[in-house]
Amino acid sequence: MYAIEVENLTKIYGKGVTAVTAIADATFQIEPGELVAILGPSGSGKTTLLTAIGLINEPTHGKVVIDGAVVADGGWLPGLDLKRIRREKLGFIFQAHNLIPFLTALENVMIALEINHLTRTEAKKRATELLTALKLEHRLDNFPAALSGGEAQRVAIARALANRPKVILADEPTAALDTENGKNVMVLLKELAVENHSAILVVTHDHRMVEGFDRIFEVRDGVIVRETGKN
Amino acid sequence: MNLAIRDIRYHRGRFILTSIGLGLLLGVVMSMGGIYRGLFADALATLNATGADLWVVQQDTNGPFAENSRIPEDIKYRIAAVPGVAKASPLSFQTIQIDRLGKPFRFFLIGYDLHGFGGPPAIIAGRNIRQKHYEMVVAKGMKMQLGETIRLGLHDYTVVGITGKMVSSSGDPAAYVSLADAQEIQFKKDNNLIRNERARIEAKLAGIETLSPVQAKFLQQNISAITESTHTVNTVVARLEPGANLQEVQERIGRWNHFRAISDEGQKTILTKGMIEKARKQLGLFRLILLVISAVIISLIIYTSTLDKIKVIATLKLIGSQNRVIIGMILQQSLLMGVIAYGIGYALISLTYEKFPRRIVLEAFDLQVLFVIVVAICAISSFVGIRKALQVEPAEALGG
Repeated sequence: MYAIEVENLTKIYGKGVTAVTAIADATFQIEPGELVAILGPSGSGKTTLLTAIGLINEPTHGKVVIDGAVVADGGWLPGLDLKRIRREKLGFIFQAHNLIPFLTALENVMIALEINHLTRTEAKKRATELLTALKLEHRLDNFPAALSGGEAQRVAIARALANRPKVILADEPTAALDTENGKNVMVLLKELAVENHSAILVVTHDHRMVEGFDRIFEVRDGVIVRETGKN
Repeated sequence: MNLAIRDIRYHRGRFILTSIGLGLLLGVVMSMGGIYRGLFADALATLNATGADLWVVQQDTNGPFAENSRIPEDIKYRIAAVPGVAKASPLSFQTIQIDRLGKPFRFFLIGYDLHGFGGPPAIIAGRNIRQKHYEMVVAKGMKMQLGETIRLGLHDYTVVGITGKMVSSSGDPAAYVSLADAQEIQFKKDNNLIRNERARIEAKLAGIETLSPVQAKFLQQNISAITESTHTVNTVVARLEPGANLQEVQERIGRWNHFRAISDEGQKTILTKGMIEKARKQLGLFRLILLVISAVIISLIIYTSTLDKIKVIATLKLIGSQNRVIIGMILQQSLLMGVIAYGIGYALISLTYEKFPRRIVLEAFDLQVLFVIVVAICAISSFVGIRKALQVEPAEALGG
């Protein structure tokens, strides 16, 4: 079973003469444990593709299947609890880490677990384990403002992994980091993909950051123009 | 995890300052309510302390607190003789303003019959008036010491006792003297004026040719005695015997020429409806305006605070947070701000209300109602923030 299946995914903004096709007929599958990059310049449609898979942006046409469950087929399936699917099956990593500024590093990870109905004790235990695994055990009680860019992004990764999601979607996760920290984050993502058996889909415009990725989709003007990688 | 508390903890400086500002505003709202209650308490202080069932005043007047009422002192005997009346006592009231220690000193002077009632309700220091002349009991609010003297009219009066917080209907502190002293202070004419009046009466009588010199002198003496008499009072108060019919007694006195008998309830209505109604409405309106201002301020604070958290809210939505988590955060912050501001306002007013120039009466019921209103305002005000938060799209978490 694939972690992500996308079939003829199309997103059109606007109607009639003002209609703009942001992504057209994208079709691909990603297996669990696979690290995949969507590479393209600004405005190419890569974030639209990510948000459609992330259940944020409703596709105009096409099919999206997450962990074997169809979520979109010419639009969201009726009666679908998008929040629950996002909470349980998806993890998000953002360009600017998006940690909640008034929560400590530990609490930022705990909140994702508590939202998913874990008890406070369970959430604290799991969050501490995750942050320790990411070498942040000395930063548990620090607020995001006191963390370096790399540390903050690692906390964000811990939050994304908290609920052991099948799919992790990362939007320009290295954009706010220097080259060294960016590369470290990418290495970390690769390790986590293998360890957790999660599919990781990374959107980036930076070619230097996609070394070691299993597959790379290059997007131009809403169309996947090239696929490179193990297949 | 309580996000509201954690946000407040992180932004505690801003939150505390905002709460203090709002607390000051609510303190003013509380003081307005206290002033309103104080107006009532002041207006009824003399009335309640007198403990009369009936107030006999000059015909066609509303009594000594509302307008000028002058009746002869000796009517007390006739009133006391009315069936159902247990006791009648004359009272004199006047507001006096003199210069004392280089400052204007204003108080309400009550003259009472030392053998009747209507005197100081309780003595908290010193003693009551024992001598018929030149002793006085003052309210605590006059800030005078036992043994101090004050010149009123032609004589010095010595403070022999201090009573509690007695004030006039306009809030001036009260002082008590014997009726005879009060009458002298209020009605005793200046010696030059007496001489002048006597000469005028003499000249008028001399012009009447039909009067013999002996008759003229007799008339002159009698007329002067009437014009120089100080045996006038502002009201005679009466207490009824147990079981006596108030209305019957009132109607009986009302049938006499030149007098009107007002029940204690009637007197209260005159004081509360007539004298402080406008002040009450004004204070009520002012309170309402302040509450509306508080609501607008809370709404603005919650709205701007929500705008500050757009990215946080979008992130929470993106990671699958339920709406109740986000609504709870905004609502709890709003309520906490209201409750803390209320506490600050209450603490402020509790510590300062004794120092206000006018009486502030803080009633538990008023404070409870205000608390409920503040909570309701906070809940309603948070609606604008909640509405904004619910409109936030998870996609707003993406991008730089």
